[in-house]
Amino acid sequence: MARLHAEEMVLNMGPQHPSTHGVLRLKLRTDGEIVSHIEPVIGYLHRCFEKHGENIEYPMVTPFTDRCDYLASMNNAHGYAMAVEKLMDIELPERVEYLRIIFAEFQRIASHLVAVGAFGLDVGAITPFLYCFRERESILDLFEMASGARLLYNYVWIGGLAHDIPPGFVEKAYEFLDYFDERIREYDRILTGNKIFIERSADVGVMPAEVAINYGVTGPCLRASGVNHDLRRAQPYSIYDRFEFDTVVGKGEMGTVGDCWDRYNVRVLEMAQSARIIRQALEQLPTEGDVKSAVPKKIRPPKGEIYSRSENPRGELGYYIISDGSSVPFRLKMRSPAFCNLSVINEIGAGWMISDVIAILGSLDIVLGEIDR
Amino acid sequence: MTEAEIYSLLSTEFGDKVVSFQGEEKTPFAVIQHQAIHEIMSFLKRDERLKFDSLMSLSGFDLGGAEQPLGIIYHLYSMSLNHYFAVKVLFEDRENPKLKTINDLFRTADWHEREAYDMYGITFEGHPDFHRILLEDDWEGYPLRKDYVQAEFYRGMKIAKEK
Repeated sequence: MARLHAEEMVLNMGPQHPSTHGVLRLKLRTDGEIVSHIEPVIGYLHRCFEKHGENIEYPMVTPFTDRCDYLASMNNAHGYAMAVEKLMDIELPERVEYLRIIFAEFQRIASHLVAVGAFGLDVGAITPFLYCFRERESILDLFEMASGARLLYNYVWIGGLAHDIPPGFVEKAYEFLDYFDERIREYDRILTGNKIFIERSADVGVMPAEVAINYGVTGPCLRASGVNHDLRRAQPYSIYDRFEFDTVVGKGEMGTVGDCWDRYNVRVLEMAQSARIIRQALEQLPTEGDVKSAVPKKIRPPKGEIYSRSENPRGELGYYIISDGSSVPFRLKMRSPAFCNLSVINEIGAGWMISDVIAILGSLDIVLGEIDR
Repeated sequence: MTEAEIYSLLSTEFGDKVVSFQGEEKTPFAVIQHQAIHEIMSFLKRDERLKFDSLMSLSGFDLGGAEQPLGIIYHLYSMSLNHYFAVKVLFEDRENPKLKTINDLFRTADWHEREAYDMYGITFEGHPDFHRILLEDDWEGYPLRKDYVQAEFYRGMKIAKEK
């Protein structure tokens, strides 16, 4: 009798695969349906961000940062602008700070909406995806009002903003927030407590806190593992110390702390917190102030270097800049949150079934534009 | 602890393995001998007073030229004690820069070290899966080095020239 083949099979998931959220290849070593090892192969979307950065002037880098994490352009540009401003000791007008917070938090909601919707889609729920995109459209309308663009804004400039907000923006923002509070409860009904969804996500891909910290996992994925760490709280940048909001951490309500369901739920609850911050910022928004008054005519940071970080929807976004005193960055490094978040996938995904790997990948919420830069 | 306090603690512990300290930078850092990277990182992680449990970032850089060499900077953060430190190493040898991996201490270093190799050609000894990460394995040269010369062809495809 011929012996049965019992060796492991290598299965390529991607680069073209709907559940990999972009061009990512996962080399899965499988034993039947069980995955014994996952090796992510990245670089398909590498666009030489850091190399370009060394050849163009400081303000010209902003549109490139937009394109790195294209779901969180405002946050990326905000982080970059802050790094250069700290290097140059620029004081910003109050109005700019408030508007930046408003846009950053709106962008966080928009990004989490994609994450939540796409995660639902990954595990087989199509309706929430459509609902989430409907809400996201309204946010993009607001962004379009302010910047003229819907995805890549080039709105947050070094030292200020590209334009002030147009008349009627504040009213529209309030209108959206009133509408959105209602919608969050709808997701609860449709997805959070959905039995099939819980079956697919609870207790799956558990990430213990020490693993998350050791791998440099940050953002909602880290907080879902029960670590109360949010840069907006731990090291308040901009004017985040003026607002009241709660840091959401995973509690393992449906299974274990740090499972896929927790990573999902943290994002849903964070959207409500972001809405809370926006309300406070809109109330306190100063009416006076020129958003371009602090934009320097010539951007030539003094010799020196800085590592500046901020809380992006996906986690800790860091910029490491070396300046040689010229108008072009000498070295520009972006520490992208999704890059670190993806690197943990073998640790938490090995031992699960192929269909669970899709759920785990969806719950990590990666953006390949930022991983490959 | 402030960066200056951490530096003085390090220099009493490791003597002249810690070369200098740049306290007036926006993000202060200490320069250390690259041979001592693993023991110093291990101390920074394990010491009760420091408890650096998170490696925020690891970036290669090239200062260009023989006197201003290649290097790596490690940005560390302690989640429990909420303080920061940065450690820098420099290589005079541009031909064959080598460093011990800290992959066993911080798993964040795994991909970041591969990236530093990919862009600057700095080799990490003891890394379990060491090859390029963003570029293809048969790519020639290290693109972020200041003396990088772009090849004309890659696998028979013409590479567009940067203007």
